[in-house]
Amino acid sequence: MSISLFYFVAFLTIFFSLLVIFSKNPVHSVLYLIVTFFTFTLHYIMLNAQFLAIVNFIVYMGAIMVLFLFVLMLLNLNEGSIGSKSNLLKMVGVIAGMCLIITLVGSVKALNDSDPLILQTQDLGLVKNLGKVLFSKFLLPFELSSILLLSAMVGAVLLAKKDIKQG
Amino acid sequence: MELAFIIEKFALILVIFVISLTVAAYSTLAERKIAGFLQDRVGPNRAGPGGMFQPLADGLKMFFKEEIIPTESSKALFILGPSLALFTSFLGSAVIPWGQDIEIAGRQVSLQITDINVGVLYIFGVVSLGVYGIMIGGWASNNKFSLMGAVRAASQSISYEIPLGLSIIALLMLTNTLSMKEIAEQQHGINWNIFYQPLGFLIFLICSFAETNRTPFDLPECETELVGGYHTEYSGFKMGAYMFAEYLNMFLASAVMSTLYFGAYNYPGMDWVNEMTGAVIGPLIGMAVLMLKIFAFIFLFMWVRWTIPRFRYDQLMNLGWKILIPLAIANIVITGIVITIIDKL
Repeated sequence: MSISLFYFVAFLTIFFSLLVIFSKNPVHSVLYLIVTFFTFTLHYIMLNAQFLAIVNFIVYMGAIMVLFLFVLMLLNLNEGSIGSKSNLLKMVGVIAGMCLIITLVGSVKALNDSDPLILQTQDLGLVKNLGKVLFSKFLLPFELSSILLLSAMVGAVLLAKKDIKQG
Repeated sequence: MELAFIIEKFALILVIFVISLTVAAYSTLAERKIAGFLQDRVGPNRAGPGGMFQPLADGLKMFFKEEIIPTESSKALFILGPSLALFTSFLGSAVIPWGQDIEIAGRQVSLQITDINVGVLYIFGVVSLGVYGIMIGGWASNNKFSLMGAVRAASQSISYEIPLGLSIIALLMLTNTLSMKEIAEQQHGINWNIFYQPLGFLIFLICSFAETNRTPFDLPECETELVGGYHTEYSGFKMGAYMFAEYLNMFLASAVMSTLYFGAYNYPGMDWVNEMTGAVIGPLIGMAVLMLKIFAFIFLFMWVRWTIPRFRYDQLMNLGWKILIPLAIANIVITGIVITIIDKL
């Protein structure tokens, strides 16, 4: 039951992420990306990680993708307005894609060696346990990532300020 | 999973679905009646006694009107928009605790559809999802006015989600739980959260006005600038779906505010009443009290709509980013300091 459900959701994830790439209209792409993120939420729920599931739901679907859609609607890009890409860009794209394939193949080869992922405790993903682990065992990475986010925020505010001065 | 459990949950879902629909339908009548009252006129009074059948007549009218889909629009998304708006507005009521457990034939029956341990965050997620209906519909209409409405809805909802989340954080520091059921149980009697979090409640209230797109924050459908905003091109039942979603969101926002800040189904002297009436009638009285609180909030929503004029767009952004967010952060800091001092005493 559980394993077939996983394969079904995994199939949906891959299907919708392919649609993200293949749809011509940027707004349709973003909408498919939202559905893809929703399937991620389903994956988290199947791992019994309720907190991560709902945070993924709020942050990715509720905030980041709304901003993506907002920007796309503001610019109102169409198929024609993007224009054709130069040969140099295409070459760079091919090289980057090759690198990604090599990495993916490498990781798939390493998959057999490592242990299969098994949940140590079923309640690991609940808010209480996650909070306890974050504030004791992983305190330093947690605080460091918060500093990283803060610096990104300061950077964004600075960029926005610069625009106002010029205009 | 036993059969009784499934039947019990199914019945509860059905009851809450019907209640939501009825309240939303009669909110449309109440809105016009209250508008009439505030403007010193009668309001709709032709259909049935005192206009009681007006929602029915309006609903039938919506169904039988011609539905127009603009030729240059993307049809699938044009239909998806109002469907999504209606769908997301129903989702939130699943985690609201409508009353204490009732006892039917020796079984404890919970009056909450599901008690997930991240209930508050679930509500938050559903609210943030609500804007997609408006955005998709506005974009698919292929109309500049609709698009402007959709863009406004997006920026407004993003801006006001931040103070909304921050005011919830201050509340969570107090309650120490994310489960709606436990939050409701903590506010037993008259021990309501509003007395500990008045500033947080005010911020939450303002943000829920913005998230439900109600006046004074109804800029996505500002008719003086944008014809009809995001639903300019909509007609018939799709238009009705958007309207209905707005009233359902109002109902949900009122239910959430009552649960988080105004003690949910709790009222002073409830223990005595429960003892007198038993394990079935008592919780139902609690549910009725919760409904009364919800109706009071819905009245507040309408009262504000017919009293305060609409904000200008820059005023809306200034209020959200320069006043509400600093206030909400200050609220968190003050709450933290007070909790620490009380702990040390």
